[in-house]
Amino acid sequence: MTDSTKSGFYQETAGPDQTFLDANELVLNMGPQHPSTHGVLRVILRLDGEKVLGTECVIGYLHRGVEKIAENRTYTMFNPYVDRMDYVAAVSNGLGYCLAVEKLLNIEAPPRAAYIRVVLTELNRMASHQLWLGTHALDIGAMTPLFYTFRDREEILKIYEKYCGARLTTHAFRIGGTLYETYDGFEQDVNNFVKFVTPKIGEYEELLTTNRIWVERTKGVGVLSGKDCIDFGVTGPVLRAGGVKWDLRKAQPYSMYDKFDFEIPTGENGDTFDRYIVRIAEMRQSLRIIDQAVNSIPAGPIMAKVPKVMKPAVGEVYVSIEAPKGELGYFVVSDGSTQPYRVRVRPPSFVNLQALDKMVRGALVADVVAVIGTLDIVLGEVDR
Amino acid sequence: MSIAPLLNKVFMVDLIKGLKVTFKYQHPKEVYTEQYPLERPAIAERYRGLPRLNVNPETGETLCIACNLCATACPEHLIVVQSERNPATKRKEMTSFTLDISRCMFCGLCAEACSTDCLELSQDYEFALYSRDGFIIDRARMERGSEPTVYTR
Repeated sequence: MTDSTKSGFYQETAGPDQTFLDANELVLNMGPQHPSTHGVLRVILRLDGEKVLGTECVIGYLHRGVEKIAENRTYTMFNPYVDRMDYVAAVSNGLGYCLAVEKLLNIEAPPRAAYIRVVLTELNRMASHQLWLGTHALDIGAMTPLFYTFRDREEILKIYEKYCGARLTTHAFRIGGTLYETYDGFEQDVNNFVKFVTPKIGEYEELLTTNRIWVERTKGVGVLSGKDCIDFGVTGPVLRAGGVKWDLRKAQPYSMYDKFDFEIPTGENGDTFDRYIVRIAEMRQSLRIIDQAVNSIPAGPIMAKVPKVMKPAVGEVYVSIEAPKGELGYFVVSDGSTQPYRVRVRPPSFVNLQALDKMVRGALVADVVAVIGTLDIVLGEVDR
Repeated sequence: MSIAPLLNKVFMVDLIKGLKVTFKYQHPKEVYTEQYPLERPAIAERYRGLPRLNVNPETGETLCIACNLCATACPEHLIVVQSERNPATKRKEMTSFTLDISRCMFCGLCAEACSTDCLELSQDYEFALYSRDGFIIDRARMERGSEPTVYTR
């Protein structure tokens, strides 16, 4: 309590002659077991009735010290751990880490591996957005989309299981390329999935986009303008919904993303509804990329020449990719030994969560749930 | 308010559109749920499940040469291989092999490191236990491999 008083969060509302019953303000803990906080996030709300006067996030309930673990593992050994940060987009995490270490080692994945990586990461973007849509809609009160999104996400997980043997924490990529060659029928499975899911996205839209309750609950809620996003360092769909056309796949293409034709969907108002529209449009763009990539996977090796014992030269790199939730960066420092000297992760969820207070001030308690959902945070990544 | 949105509101077009989607999936053939212990999911060939130690199918001898590469590769240091040098053949022979599966994350790095195709991740996924005692599995359990639970009525 003493620390919080210093930060000015709790304000003395009741004087010495007042009882707490006279105070208008109420401090309420939301979480860490609240289902709408998508994990173990605790938000302390200062309320005046239903109105939110201020919030404070308490994080760290899922802290596992992943960055410290990296310092005691070799570069290869640390690879499976990155999947456990943003566990709904494990493949993207693996890609970011592999690209960072590849840059440190000064090698490049062969084109075939790069194409396979693109297919799998874009499938992962689909899976992440589908999971987001289902849970976000559930938070706001629409239960039906959850079942449909999870049903369709299952098809992606089946492709992962067939490709690399795991469904969620995949460990699909290795430093220097990919370990697994595509299985027989991989292209067909992915093409079938694209055909299967394209009308389903239209169904999600039919359930929600014009739905009166959905529109009333999301339009004008949690507005964050493009300028505010840039000030907070917020990236990903939240930034694009504010009207800023910024996507690392276009801005600094990695893993052959410059070969594919796709658009960056943007919003105008930067409210919860716009972020929903942007993510739905991103799913469609992902399908476009998957369609182009899977039908043009070149032949060739899937692994670059990587030394068995990796000893990168002394130096440091920062590599960032466009993960489903925003800019995911890996800062890796090498001291010339087999283990990284320091690995710092720039997780999109952690940075995006900062904007929560600005977005919910003056809103109602129910809107806090909507805003946490729309930020699309994963607590495994916030706490690491 | 113009006439079209008003009519949409009065006749609840948004609701009817949504109900149309949900109604489409009422047919029994659209059911996606698997009745798990009765219906088993098809496990992919590359599935990374419980690690298994392969034996030579003809002689029944283990393929392990006790090179300790799997133990070195394991990020969590869960594998302990003990070996003894056979004075007759002058080869190292594995005497015991233990793995703590309560902390194993099935990353497959041990199977990648194995130089003789001995250690492999099997398709076995049913190894939940009621106590922690059984989670450190030994050579005999790993050579037996998959032991799917059979439910009878």
